[in-house]
Amino acid sequence: MTTIILNLIILAIIPFLMIGVIKKTKAFWGGRKGVSVWQPLYDFVKLLKKDFVISKTTSNVFRLAPSIVICSTITAAMFVPMLYGKAIINIQAGFIIFAYILGLGKFFALISAMDTGSSFEGMGASREASFTSIVEPAFFMIMASIMVLSGNFSFESLTKVLDSAGSYGFLIIIFAVIALFLMILIEGSRVPVDDPTTHLELTMIHEVMILDNSASDLALYTWGNSIKMFLISSLIANLVIPSTLGTFDALLAYLATILIISLAIGTVESAMARIRMTHVFEFVFIMSSFALIILSLVIARMFGG
Amino acid sequence: MTNWIRTTNNTKINLNDIPTLKIRELRAAIIEEKKRPIGFFGKDWGEGRVKLFCILADDKNSQLLVSSALFDANEKTYECITNEIPAFHIFEREFYENFGIKPLNHPWLKPVRKNQKEYPFFEMDGEEVHQVAVGPIHAGVIEPGHFRFMCHGETVYHLEIMLGYQNRGVEALMVKKPSNQLAESICGDSVIAYNSAYSQVMEALKDIHISDKAQLIRKLALEMERAAIHIGDLGAIAGDIAYLMGASVFGATRTLVINTMLEFSGSRFGRGLINVGGVNFDLDKETIKRAKQTLLKVEKDVVRMCETMLKNTSVMSRLEKTGTVSTERAQETGLVGMAAKASGLDLDSRFDFPDKWMQKLDIVRTPIQGSGDVNSRFKLRYKEIKESISMIKKFFLELENHQNEPILVDSNVPCAKDAFAISIVEGWRGEVVHVALTDWEGKLSEYKIKDPSFNNWYGLALAVRNNGISDFPLCNKSFNLSYAGNDL
Repeated sequence: MTTIILNLIILAIIPFLMIGVIKKTKAFWGGRKGVSVWQPLYDFVKLLKKDFVISKTTSNVFRLAPSIVICSTITAAMFVPMLYGKAIINIQAGFIIFAYILGLGKFFALISAMDTGSSFEGMGASREASFTSIVEPAFFMIMASIMVLSGNFSFESLTKVLDSAGSYGFLIIIFAVIALFLMILIEGSRVPVDDPTTHLELTMIHEVMILDNSASDLALYTWGNSIKMFLISSLIANLVIPSTLGTFDALLAYLATILIISLAIGTVESAMARIRMTHVFEFVFIMSSFALIILSLVIARMFGG
Repeated sequence: MTNWIRTTNNTKINLNDIPTLKIRELRAAIIEEKKRPIGFFGKDWGEGRVKLFCILADDKNSQLLVSSALFDANEKTYECITNEIPAFHIFEREFYENFGIKPLNHPWLKPVRKNQKEYPFFEMDGEEVHQVAVGPIHAGVIEPGHFRFMCHGETVYHLEIMLGYQNRGVEALMVKKPSNQLAESICGDSVIAYNSAYSQVMEALKDIHISDKAQLIRKLALEMERAAIHIGDLGAIAGDIAYLMGASVFGATRTLVINTMLEFSGSRFGRGLINVGGVNFDLDKETIKRAKQTLLKVEKDVVRMCETMLKNTSVMSRLEKTGTVSTERAQETGLVGMAAKASGLDLDSRFDFPDKWMQKLDIVRTPIQGSGDVNSRFKLRYKEIKESISMIKKFFLELENHQNEPILVDSNVPCAKDAFAISIVEGWRGEVVHVALTDWEGKLSEYKIKDPSFNNWYGLALAVRNNGISDFPLCNKSFNLSYAGNDL
């Protein structure tokens, strides 16, 4: 019961804080003061109070999609180990359910974008779909490799990689952390893949898909997107935090990891320009290659000397 | 009888000295000269007749060639020049739009400023081909313009640009009530260039000679404008590729420059600084001292940021080989100013039509090397900012020798009768051309403006071909063309 309550509280607050910290970091590198780290939460509340503007060309899909997206994201979150490596629902092969429930949400986000009939949004949907199609197998490969290694197919076994695999586990964790960090940048629509602050419709990926959404629909989309970033960060945190830590230390370590990831995202965004759209695939394939490295490490560990 | 009368920048000639040919002869003369057009416009000549004036630039000899042709009331067509010299395409389209005299066999007789609803455009056909329409209303603080992309996947094959949403009838207003306030409001990012061109053309018609001091202050302001806008553009390019640091630093640096302008004239963009007969504001020693210090800091910041960006691989991979316009294409289609320079054409009216200061202050043209991509437009801006700042320093120094001169001379004299004058000013974007004609009473009878954007919009369309559609905003920023200057 405490796990459920703790995880839900984290889910409600940390994703907004992550975005807030990223924005603050970008402001710091840009020599600005920046807005408060709570601003994304205020914006969320503000959007909830606003009135809808719904395009006449859209159908019910457009109206349903935001709810489906947020429901699927939160449902997917239930399977992810958060604080103390505990997930709300811990079952075998949870990561497959996690990925496909997220996929369901993404599917509705895509067809909702197509539903508006705008050429921009169609373009954004096609970009998002093509990048996701490369990320997904890489994600499966990483997770499955790790779970084969620990011999337990529940999502929570992530926490035990360090203990179970020795020096191999160390290497695997390093590569997995990098790969998952790239996944945050890709799935969270951050620089260098996408630019969340641009106003140029032609260059957008995620933002352009939600161009027609307003008020609480928009709020749900932005919350959903930040939850997704948080969930992957949570996976990273559980990979690197040793399970031997005490209650308070583990809490601190968990929060510190999320904070470090947010700072890292903000720094990457400040130091790099966006990749040209045609080259984004090469960037996404870096994640796939890391997944292959992890796979080969696992094979080496299991069948090698 | 010769086909052309030769004149120079900021000089008045008598309207009756301009040869009047038949259009057939004028066409042959233009094709024979093979020079680039900077003016090609009609004027109502009474009784349904139209007189077509053509101005060619002889950049090598610092001369301007002027000629004209008279169309009778029943003469409604002529053989187009565009097929021989493509640079005429936009001029002929404009002439057709204004006077209904049709250039036959013109390849692309599309409206320039009017009738945006229906127009012919190049179209691609196929199952996987799609069109993306953007504008005329855009996100952010961008002026109106309609862009139609012909795409296959992410690749743009052709871009059709439709402008004219800001057509305010400026040229007619200029004839009705010419003023400095109007001239500087035509194109808000080239206040100094437009106001200088207007003032110079009026001074030529009125035969006024302004003091050296006023000339220096004008030139100084023009370079300040160039530096300020270029720095802003570098920031905009950095913003477009999501390179945050560049956007912040250049944004802050630009403010320093325009705030210095504010100290000069009370307006950050230099409004109200220039007047027919001179300038309205003198620069005292304190102001110059502060300005010098500010520019020192500006130069340091710009150099540091630009060098950082040019060393950053993620930045360079976005800028290099994006939006390329080859030298041949630029020459053929008659690009001018920055766009031409970045493509390797050495067109700069500051040096092509130099005034006495260029030689006196030892300001020389530096060689241009440009491959025509976004990177070369970025580097060109960087180079021009440095050059402008060094020019401004020379102007400050020279100003000390002209302390006691007046800044404004009396301009309350009538214009010459039946006169014709051309003024070319190299604004930051390129040559701003103002042409004025007076009637037998000495009143303005025609005022013609050509912004560099008028030539260069087509260059943008060429630049995005075979580029990703997501690179369009970057190409667009690297050109940063004016909608207001084009629409007039």
